[in-house]
Amino acid sequence: MSYIPGQPMTAVAQRIEIQKLRQGDHLILGFSIGGGIDQDPGQNPFSEDKTDKGIYVTRITPGGPADVAGLVMGDKILQVNGWDMTMVTHDQARKRLTKKKEDVVRLLVTRKSLEKAVKQSMSH
Amino acid sequence: MDTESTYSGYSYYSGRSRGSHRHGERSRDRHKSRSKDSRSEKSVTINTPPAEPLLGDSSIRGEQVQDDNWGETTTAITGTSEHSLSQEDIVRITKDLEDSVGLDCRRYFTLTLAIILGLLVFLTPVAFLVLPHLLWPEKLQSCGTACEGLFISVAFKLLILLLAVWALFFRAPRAGLPRVFVFRTLLAVLVLLFVVSYWLFYGVRILDSQDPNYQGIVQYAVSLLRQLQPAFSVCVTRSTDGEKRHYNLGQISVQRAALAIIEHYYCDFPVHNPALLSASKSRAAKHLAGLKVYNVDGLAHSQSRAMIAAAARRRDSSHNELYYEEAEHERRVRKRRARLVVAVEEAFTHIKRMQEEEQKKAPGDVMDPREAAQAIFPSMARALQKYLRTTKQQHCHSMESIQQHLAFCITNNMTPKAFLESYLTAGPTLQYSRDHWLSRQWTLISEASVTSSLKDGMVFLLKCVDFSLVVTSRKIPYIQLSEEYIDPKSHKFVLRLQSETSV
Repeated sequence: MSYIPGQPMTAVAQRIEIQKLRQGDHLILGFSIGGGIDQDPGQNPFSEDKTDKGIYVTRITPGGPADVAGLVMGDKILQVNGWDMTMVTHDQARKRLTKKKEDVVRLLVTRKSLEKAVKQSMSH
Repeated sequence: MDTESTYSGYSYYSGRSRGSHRHGERSRDRHKSRSKDSRSEKSVTINTPPAEPLLGDSSIRGEQVQDDNWGETTTAITGTSEHSLSQEDIVRITKDLEDSVGLDCRRYFTLTLAIILGLLVFLTPVAFLVLPHLLWPEKLQSCGTACEGLFISVAFKLLILLLAVWALFFRAPRAGLPRVFVFRTLLAVLVLLFVVSYWLFYGVRILDSQDPNYQGIVQYAVSLLRQLQPAFSVCVTRSTDGEKRHYNLGQISVQRAALAIIEHYYCDFPVHNPALLSASKSRAAKHLAGLKVYNVDGLAHSQSRAMIAAAARRRDSSHNELYYEEAEHERRVRKRRARLVVAVEEAFTHIKRMQEEEQKKAPGDVMDPREAAQAIFPSMARALQKYLRTTKQQHCHSMESIQQHLAFCITNNMTPKAFLESYLTAGPTLQYSRDHWLSRQWTLISEASVTSSLKDGMVFLLKCVDFSLVVTSRKIPYIQLSEEYIDPKSHKFVLRLQSETSV
């Protein structure tokens, strides 16, 4: 997941589709995000590379829509509904996820275990 | 005395006193003559401002000041009693003298003295080296390479000495202090004595005998400079309770170091209190008393080893006892101390310093400090006695000394806390009565010769009747100091955030 700025990045990604849940006036997804280009990357507990300023999933509400959809704590979100999430500020990321007009968010996430799984299946 | 003296126009003329410097000598005579008159002619009112030189000037003064009764103040010199001065006059004279002549003269006087001393110290080694060449050049042996090397060391040490003397004596004082600066004077006197003794030795041994050995002379000049720089740090430990202090000493012999250490001991170390050591001694005695060892084999070695082994195996709770005993003692001391502080504070509120006006109004119950101390002492005596007994200090302070100290504190407007300070903490030996420290005989125990100079790792003992001081000397390490410049504009900071948002 480490990358060199300016160079294309490759990662094994998984598509996750989350249906937003209506709670009163709000639509919630049931997870928390951390990170962003305006934040301090050194304090991110989930990233491999401590200079990675991407958006990571820091907490998942058990039983919530994200949990049901298969999102795991520590995932790095690469795209939300086609919008890039690797070079955004924290607030931009929050806005992209909480658009009131959208009921569904389609995420592209990556995690370390995906790469391992791919390698294992390729070696067989 | 029915004469009065008032200082009219004092503040105006004090500014002029600087200008009337040159009249300084004459003004002294004027003062004397004036005060003579105040005694002999009792009807004359002396109304002159100080530091004013001449009778002739008084007419000019009269015009400037517009003093209405200036005519009455002209005094006639009758010349009756030459040396009659009352106490008030003396006080007045000294005050006037200080104002008129004192300030500038004293400052320059100290500075000149310092310059002279500094120059003397600086030129002494140079003179030592040059004089043989001047006085008996034909008899002098030529200086070998070792000797020439010493020249360089002399040159550098002179440079350092020059800087030190400048730092100590030449810098302009920021203020004129009321009393002579004791430390500096002492140092100056010491340096003077030092230099004088070196010159004496030089004069007698070298100049008189016209010593042809030039190398010896150069070494002698070098030795003058060695004593002055700090080279060793000594650690002094008291054997009875482990009190430790560190001092910096120069390149001096063991016996001189011992002398310096003893002098420091009397003012730095808390007084030796044998009563505080009894607890550990009784514990040690209990350890030995608890074991009975029977010698079966008849070998000395096995007995001692058996004792130690038995002591290790024995399950004793003496550490437990110690812990609880110490906690209990601490609590008791704190409680007694609280009672003492309250008693003393209350006692101090009973007396009040009387102002001058009140003294005239109510002369009845006025006491001097000693009587005041005796009056309030009984209310705090019991609490103080109990506290001293608990902290095992009762033999250090007699009742007389406590009352004396109380009178002293009352006279100098000290608070109750200041009065108590000498009883709450053990002070240095000098604080207590003279028989505590006057009859001291010290023995220097050292493996190396006592006239040899200090070395790194040298250990010697200073034995006294009750205890001994263990002295270890360590060489001061070579210090390499480097400089780093930080631009004040380079201090910049960023905020590091890590926020978490739930979506």
